[in-house]
Amino acid sequence: MTRKRPNYLAGLGSLVWLFVVGLPLYVMLIATFRTRADYAANGPLGLPDDLTLDNYLNDLDDGFARYFLNTAIVTVCVVGIVLLLVPPLAYAIVRSDGKATGRVFRLFLLGLAIPSQAVIVPMFYLINEAGLYDNLIGVILPTAAFAMPVCVLVLTGVMRDITSELYEAMTVDGASTRRIFLQLVLPLSRSGLSTVVVFSALQAWNGFLFPLVLTQSSQNKVITMGLYDFQTEHGVDIPGLLAAVVLSVIPILLVYLFARRALVQGLMGVGGK
Amino acid sequence: MTTATASAADGEKTRNRRRPARPGAGPGRPGFAWAAPAAVFFGLFALVPLLLVAVLSFTRWNGLGSPEFAGLENWSALLDDPVMVKSLWLSLVLTVLGVAVQTPLSILLGVWAAGHQRNRAVLSAIYFVPLLLSITAVSVLWRAVLDPNFGIPAQAKWLFGDGNLFGVQAGALGVLVFVSTWQFTPLHTLLYQGAARAVPRVLYQAAQIDGAGRVRQFFHITLPQLRNTVVTSTILMVVGGLTTFDTVLILTQGGPGTDTTNSAYYMYQKAFKSFDFGTASAVALLLVLVAGLVSLVMVRLSGYDRMRSTLEGV
Repeated sequence: MTRKRPNYLAGLGSLVWLFVVGLPLYVMLIATFRTRADYAANGPLGLPDDLTLDNYLNDLDDGFARYFLNTAIVTVCVVGIVLLLVPPLAYAIVRSDGKATGRVFRLFLLGLAIPSQAVIVPMFYLINEAGLYDNLIGVILPTAAFAMPVCVLVLTGVMRDITSELYEAMTVDGASTRRIFLQLVLPLSRSGLSTVVVFSALQAWNGFLFPLVLTQSSQNKVITMGLYDFQTEHGVDIPGLLAAVVLSVIPILLVYLFARRALVQGLMGVGGK
Repeated sequence: MTTATASAADGEKTRNRRRPARPGAGPGRPGFAWAAPAAVFFGLFALVPLLLVAVLSFTRWNGLGSPEFAGLENWSALLDDPVMVKSLWLSLVLTVLGVAVQTPLSILLGVWAAGHQRNRAVLSAIYFVPLLLSITAVSVLWRAVLDPNFGIPAQAKWLFGDGNLFGVQAGALGVLVFVSTWQFTPLHTLLYQGAARAVPRVLYQAAQIDGAGRVRQFFHITLPQLRNTVVTSTILMVVGGLTTFDTVLILTQGGPGTDTTNSAYYMYQKAFKSFDFGTASAVALLLVLVAGLVSLVMVRLSGYDRMRSTLEGV
């Protein structure tokens, strides 16, 4: 009986939350198409006099095209490193009968609990010593390392679901470890692999702390640093700043529209397990 | 870095050479060499720095030259440092407020979103958007939206008073908690949504036969069934709360004064503004220990490690 009655209270609550989520997004979107003078005169909630694309064009001219490229390089490299290193590791953890791999797994679990803030000082020291300060490689390496624990957890979870009969069937056929990995494990881990790709790509694309501390020059700036510096240097140009925020999220938004499932899984990381 | 690639390459070689005759490995079983490249890489860029932070906390180093051994100097300085003590307290306040605001909100939203109605699916997709933005982008966005001169507070004085939320401690802390909530509620909502959908339908059917209403069902069935998720979600919130950094740096710069300088931000300031890397390392180590300890205690206290399934006895 109670089931049929619509839940008015929940409906009201959901609209309130829609307002809280939507208002700043609306203000942001509209502001990016307004001139600075218009924004200052009419305020964030006021109606714009006329619309312009100049904020986006100016941002791209002022270096954001470059930051985009840098971020894309970092992202591709981080995903590449993770994809190269983690699947063999996860395979070894799931299938090896040695004790050493078990210990390695526990180290990665420990790694889940290390916040990147905690290692930023020694990372600065190490990257300096290695001569990689203000170099994108210096950002790529720690970012990839810190994306790994979650990826290991996700992939081992997926690989554990492959039944031992399948392995045995291939072993009986005389398949080598490598062939089992390439022809059985990888194809059956596709869902996990896409989660891993999205998760590590997000870590790289949205990464802030490592670039903040490990890079300096504008030719090595990634997009999050571009936003931060824009805010500290020309914080009064709010339409320009917000246009940069929108630019930074466009790639992720595209993934959200076209590969929603993989993105949600990737965003959840371990949380989803 | 060069060592990493070198040893990774070594790993490749040994794998190929050793695989066929590796003792102890069954046929078709991967040997340790499969794990070695990842282990070396991770060790070098995550575990070595963690050990190094402990070592550096006993040294004096200004970023130039080499660190010098300083004994317990940094640690004793920290104990006498009122800003440090205050920063720990602020980290705690931010964390507790974050959990207290986000948990009920995301449970309600998660249970609500677990329903299969069309409008709920559409709204949930919109609610999700803040999670797509980086923390940097979210902080920059809210800094602009809440700007005392050009933001919403300037237009809505009836609500915000003089409009400068960043000028008083309560306002600045409120902004930090609110912005984290705005961004991360979708994540926790998703966790609760998944858990709420996994609650067996028979429980609700039984409750309905017994005449329990919506509210009773929520408190007596849904909530107890979500307890595993509460632990997972709270641990994520606690660790995230204790290490809040980007939002502080961009929204409040630890101010007014040191009124929102939490430990993570204090560490950053010590290192990259005062160039006192030794003390910064001590703060960092303290942060790891506290975050690790809290997670461990929560796992133990809640019995999460013993609790395999919420479906026991169903």
